[in-house]
Amino acid sequence: MEPFTTLTATAVPMDLPNIDTDRIIPARFLRKPREAGYQQFFFHDVRFNPDGSENGDFVLNQPPFRQAKILVTAENFGCGSSREGAVWALMHHGIRCVIGPSFGDIFMENCFKNGVLAIVVPAETAAGLRGQLHARPGAPVSVDLERQTVTAPDGTAHPFDVHPFRKQALLKGQDEIAFTMEYAQAIEAHEARRAAEMPWLLSGGGPAA
Amino acid sequence: MPTMFEKIWRRHVVAEGPGGQTLLYVDRHLLHDGSPEAFRRLRAAGRTVRRPGELVATADHYVPTGVGSEASANEEIRGMVEALARNSRELGITQFGPGDVRQGIVHVIGPEQGLTQPGIVLVCGDSHTATHGAFGALAFGIGSTEVEHVLATQCLWQRKPKVMRITVNGTRPFGVAAKDVILAIIAKIGAAGGVGHAIEYAGPVIRGMSMEERMTVCNMSIEAGARAGMIAPDETTFAYLEGRPYAPKGAHRDQALALWKAVPSDADAVFDSEASLDAAAIAPTVTWGTSPQDALPISARVPDPAREGDHFRREAMGRALDYMGLRPGTPLSEIAVDRVFIGSCTNSRIEDLRAAAAVARGRRAVVTAWVVPGSGLIKRAAEAEGLHEIFRAAGFEWREPGCSMCIGMNGDTARAGERVASTSNRNFEGRQGKGARTHLMSPAMAAAAAVTGRLTDVRTLVAVRAE
Repeated sequence: MEPFTTLTATAVPMDLPNIDTDRIIPARFLRKPREAGYQQFFFHDVRFNPDGSENGDFVLNQPPFRQAKILVTAENFGCGSSREGAVWALMHHGIRCVIGPSFGDIFMENCFKNGVLAIVVPAETAAGLRGQLHARPGAPVSVDLERQTVTAPDGTAHPFDVHPFRKQALLKGQDEIAFTMEYAQAIEAHEARRAAEMPWLLSGGGPAA
Repeated sequence: MPTMFEKIWRRHVVAEGPGGQTLLYVDRHLLHDGSPEAFRRLRAAGRTVRRPGELVATADHYVPTGVGSEASANEEIRGMVEALARNSRELGITQFGPGDVRQGIVHVIGPEQGLTQPGIVLVCGDSHTATHGAFGALAFGIGSTEVEHVLATQCLWQRKPKVMRITVNGTRPFGVAAKDVILAIIAKIGAAGGVGHAIEYAGPVIRGMSMEERMTVCNMSIEAGARAGMIAPDETTFAYLEGRPYAPKGAHRDQALALWKAVPSDADAVFDSEASLDAAAIAPTVTWGTSPQDALPISARVPDPAREGDHFRREAMGRALDYMGLRPGTPLSEIAVDRVFIGSCTNSRIEDLRAAAAVARGRRAVVTAWVVPGSGLIKRAAEAEGLHEIFRAAGFEWREPGCSMCIGMNGDTARAGERVASTSNRNFEGRQGKGARTHLMSPAMAAAAAVTGRLTDVRTLVAVRAE
């Protein structure tokens, strides 16, 4: 996983609440291999017209926002399906940080697992940021994970909370499985307790058990 | 004092990690044909599956559900099903593949096989994993990196969510299904109402529900933003599990029952938040927009965005109505549909099929209507009751088990602009196919739409029959 420390980049506003992961990546693309790249699937059915041309009205296609690396959203962005392809598409498109009042729980988890920083800020802060980005299209936003601040185009620094575990993982670009393996003894101890408490679950507790 | 959630959580803590993150043990990890990337990365990293003998996999998202399905013809789609079979075989994982009568939608077959049990932590790479919480399990959906992590370690790092209790009081009126109850709940608390929470559903209406109905309720927790939904196990739960292939037997059964009976929240348990509904106020419900929170009684009219105060919500409503091809003020019961889908992990169980068949019986579908049972065993049970004959006589198509038209990834899709009365769980833009328009409702309501060709209050049809 690529580490995340600081980022100063163009930010793109998305104003509508409850943007679901089906919209972020339509399901028919989820059978495509990840290594081939998911960037073309990002918001595919709103980004492109039926004939394959770009929909010029869609914010990601507008010149000031084409190179955006930060996405500022409204409430409950990434709700719905657990598809991690939504984060791959966002990431392959170039977005490294999403900022909003709330995110779908699974989407947010998937962001951190892929090195994308998801920042929860109060609804007014998110609305204020989006307002500035509309007023000054292409204006940069700065994110400092170590210091936990988002600096708006107007220079105001907004503090944000991030779970220490997620913060460290992102700063180091940590391999989580390797980290978990350090707890092997605790896992084995738990499994021994479980074998006594719920023996029927072992070996599937299958039809032959 | 502790809630059911808290009790299950505590029993599964392996270690407290840095920063208050908890390493949680997973008792049951169910797999389906949608996560080949997790297997690919596990292999690429040279890692092994920690407990392959306890894993069960089923093909559901990508399986063909009818003769001539695109899923059969499309090499990419076939490849997804084949990859699961290959990975399962090579890694020693039990798989219910196409042709196996136990095959079906993962959230249907888990409970059906007795894999889903009270007091366990269950995960699956699918957001509708909350379904299994109907048994008093802590069950939630995960992404594919987390699937890989559970395969390798049988654990997950989690931060403890808050717990919300939703109490449904009163008595359910005649004609009001579990689907209507959960749609009413989502409409009340909103699509983001449960973000960061596990929901416990409680109260007399929930207590009085069958396991199938409880699964319908818990299934749509994620549509209210909650990763997990759960219902206290009781005699209904224990009776359902009795004799299931993976359920404990003999001495293990007694040991299990003692453990299961201690799972419900204590009487004095305190929740982070509470909401309640009066079931008497719930009517057969349909959605009009592109979020499951856009739900109204069938007697209502399409709402008017002009009456919405918040600018962005107004814009979202306007966009939804535009996508759905609806005009404000139109009575919902005058909306004509092009096709009907009865199926999905929300509503494809035997009781759902019975409810739909009761409406279809002796009538005739006037639009294309599909019935897709949730598993091979449900299909067999329905056929033993003659439900397939009722559906066929009414002009409904009786298909093979799978996710089918709920998800728009296996070739079973509606065309752009087509309006679908659907028993599935999401009315998102493009969910059932690019440009397809979805109205969510119960199986009986979907069957009613099939025979009238429009959204219809099923109570009017049932009343006619009673006379």
